[in-house]
Amino acid sequence: MRIVVCVKHVPDLQAERGFTEEGRVDRSQGDGTLNELDENAVEAAVSIVEEHGGEVVAVTMGPADAEDAVRRALQMGAEAAVHVVDDALEGSDAFGTARVLAAAVRKLEEDGPVDLVVTGMAALDGLMSVVPTLLAGHLRLPQATLAAELTVDAAARTVRVRRELDHASEVVEATLPALVSVTDQSNQPRYPNFKAIMAARKKAVTTWSLADLGIAATEVGAAGARTQVLEAAPRPPRENRVLVTDEGDAGTRLAAFLVENRLV
Amino acid sequence: MTDPTPAPVLVVVDHHGDAPRSSAYELLTAGRALGPLEAVWIGTAPDAAVERLGAWGVTRVHELPEAADLLPPERGEALAAVVEATGAATVLLASTFENKETAARLALATGAGLMVDCAALEAGPEGRPVAVQQAFAATWTLRAQATVPRVVAALKPNAVQAVAPEGVGAVSGRPEVVRHDVAPAQAPAARLVERTPRAASDRPDLGEAQVVVVGGRGTNGDFSPVEDLADALGGAVGATRVATDEGWIGHEAQIGQTGVTISPRLYIGAGVSGAVHHRGGMQSSGTIVAVNSDPESPIFEIADFGVVGDLFTVLPQAAAEIRRVKQG
Ligand SMILES: Cc1cc2nc3c(=O)[nH]c(=O)nc-3n(C[C@H](O)[C@H](O)[C@H](O)COP(=O)(O)OP(=O)(O)OC[C@H]3O[C@@H](n4cnc5c(N)ncnc54)[C@H](O)[C@@H]3O)c2cc1C
Ligand SMILES: Nc1ncnc2c1ncn2[C@@H]1O[C@H](COP(=O)(O)O)[C@@H](O)[C@H]1O
Repeated sequence: MRIVVCVKHVPDLQAERGFTEEGRVDRSQGDGTLNELDENAVEAAVSIVEEHGGEVVAVTMGPADAEDAVRRALQMGAEAAVHVVDDALEGSDAFGTARVLAAAVRKLEEDGPVDLVVTGMAALDGLMSVVPTLLAGHLRLPQATLAAELTVDAAARTVRVRRELDHASEVVEATLPALVSVTDQSNQPRYPNFKAIMAARKKAVTTWSLADLGIAATEVGAAGARTQVLEAAPRPPRENRVLVTDEGDAGTRLAAFLVENRLV
Repeated sequence: MTDPTPAPVLVVVDHHGDAPRSSAYELLTAGRALGPLEAVWIGTAPDAAVERLGAWGVTRVHELPEAADLLPPERGEALAAVVEATGAATVLLASTFENKETAARLALATGAGLMVDCAALEAGPEGRPVAVQQAFAATWTLRAQATVPRVVAALKPNAVQAVAPEGVGAVSGRPEVVRHDVAPAQAPAARLVERTPRAASDRPDLGEAQVVVVGGRGTNGDFSPVEDLADALGGAVGATRVATDEGWIGHEAQIGQTGVTISPRLYIGAGVSGAVHHRGGMQSSGTIVAVNSDPESPIFEIADFGVVGDLFTVLPQAAAEIRRVKQG
């Protein structure tokens, strides 16, 4: 089983996050981390390989700092890592990202077939949840996304997921090669121990540029983006906030507040 | 002079059996300013629904064959055929996880720009849609538009208030119904093994509710005060991930970045600390109320009305008072 796992480096959720003047996510704070939900993706990939054999290759696209994301994946048990980095990638939208990740998977296929592509359910910066399906579209792979549970049948060469959607619960099955995205319900990501961290230091991270992938600079980055942010502004803080401490009548006061504001 | 035949706006109508979901009317409201409205109905649109869509300004209803196992990628491809056939410049969907995937594959197939989780859509220059979106747990507001001629936009349920067009009842005729065929899938597809619709609840649908009362770890597993207050207000019940992980309530009730995103008129959190993951799914709510025994809880930073107190006394008292006022 050869598995590619896509991981993204994102600004730390707990830190002050914002946008640059160009309307792009400010990635200059230097406090980026591996997107938490991609830890679930790495965990899923590594545990499938532990069960069925094979190897996990972690792939990221992003600026120099993004190498941290694949480093973390290596610590968690990925065998090899690829970092796609190129100045022309700045300002890429989901289409550009999916285009690049697809090209990276295709290039990895030159060394042997890829059975499964695993992604997180969302990147916690843009929260779009669309790169996985776009990637499956480019690679013409069947997709089983938003897995809350995931099982691989290596003999039958199928992957089966259970997923909880807004209005229904579903079981979806795909024949390998396929793409899956996993939710935070699917597993508990491991915490790499000292030995794993040391072992990861010896693993190499391959860097590829757009030229290595045969992609023109105009197809990706800000030049290729299909949408454009016109304006980004911090939301003004809520005004007239009220904080009361219960002295026996807070429930009644709460009800009065709701009535006053026509919320009842 | 404007173009004599402006490109239609295609609204994908999510429906529950025979009836459009409330999100469909929100899309029709948002789409009205962007061009002439046409609707897509997956399955056979019942007469009553066709008439109703007509009353909301829809001139044509496009039907796609119902295939219970039509998953988002195939649905996106099927919609692409309708987009090509109608020359639509704008396609609107309700922003659910499934629809976001459908929207993405539709945009991929048609070369359109994609905007998801939109809180509002405005008519920009040349009537082109400008999306208002929120980022970083709704601490930032963005305005974005497509750089390409076609756009697929997914609008958050409940973000726009549905308003029927002027002169409903005096509408000119029933919309024309056009059936489309679906070409066989181009690429290997996944199979739907099982689909279990959620059991109908007496309470409103979480994503569509005007009032949501959320219980967290502070309930300690007893959701009855949360449910009681929700019922007094006619609202839905939601939960934090801690509460769903503990099995106190189904996972479908989870509000947050990895659960349901809500923007009700009123959010009430009880025994909820307000972790950033949770805030990502509720911070764009109209009015935020928090009941928490710890005055240091981060949820108070974003609450319009905060009560430092025990939810087991505050909620029942509030529910009783609300019922009294409603009866009076
Ligand atoms: C990748 C990832 C994704 C996540 N996604 C989500 C998500 O989508 N949604 C989500 O909700 N969480 C999510 N989480 C979890 C999130 O980080 C928090 O752990 C969670 O939201 C906390 O839930 P809570 O507020 O119920 O519990 P706690 O943080 O433990 O807070 C409980 C609160 O209850 C108060 N309390 C206790 N007793 C009482 C009482 N009697 N009366 C009043 N108040 C009382 C306490 O003061 C405390 O503030 C995610 C985490 C990760 C890592
Ligand atoms: N730049 C990137 N590099 C690698 N993987 C990515 C990148 N962007 C998105 N992904 C993957 O796609 C998933 C969903 O991202 P998104 O659609 O942006 O919410 C993430 O959880 C990652 O697995």
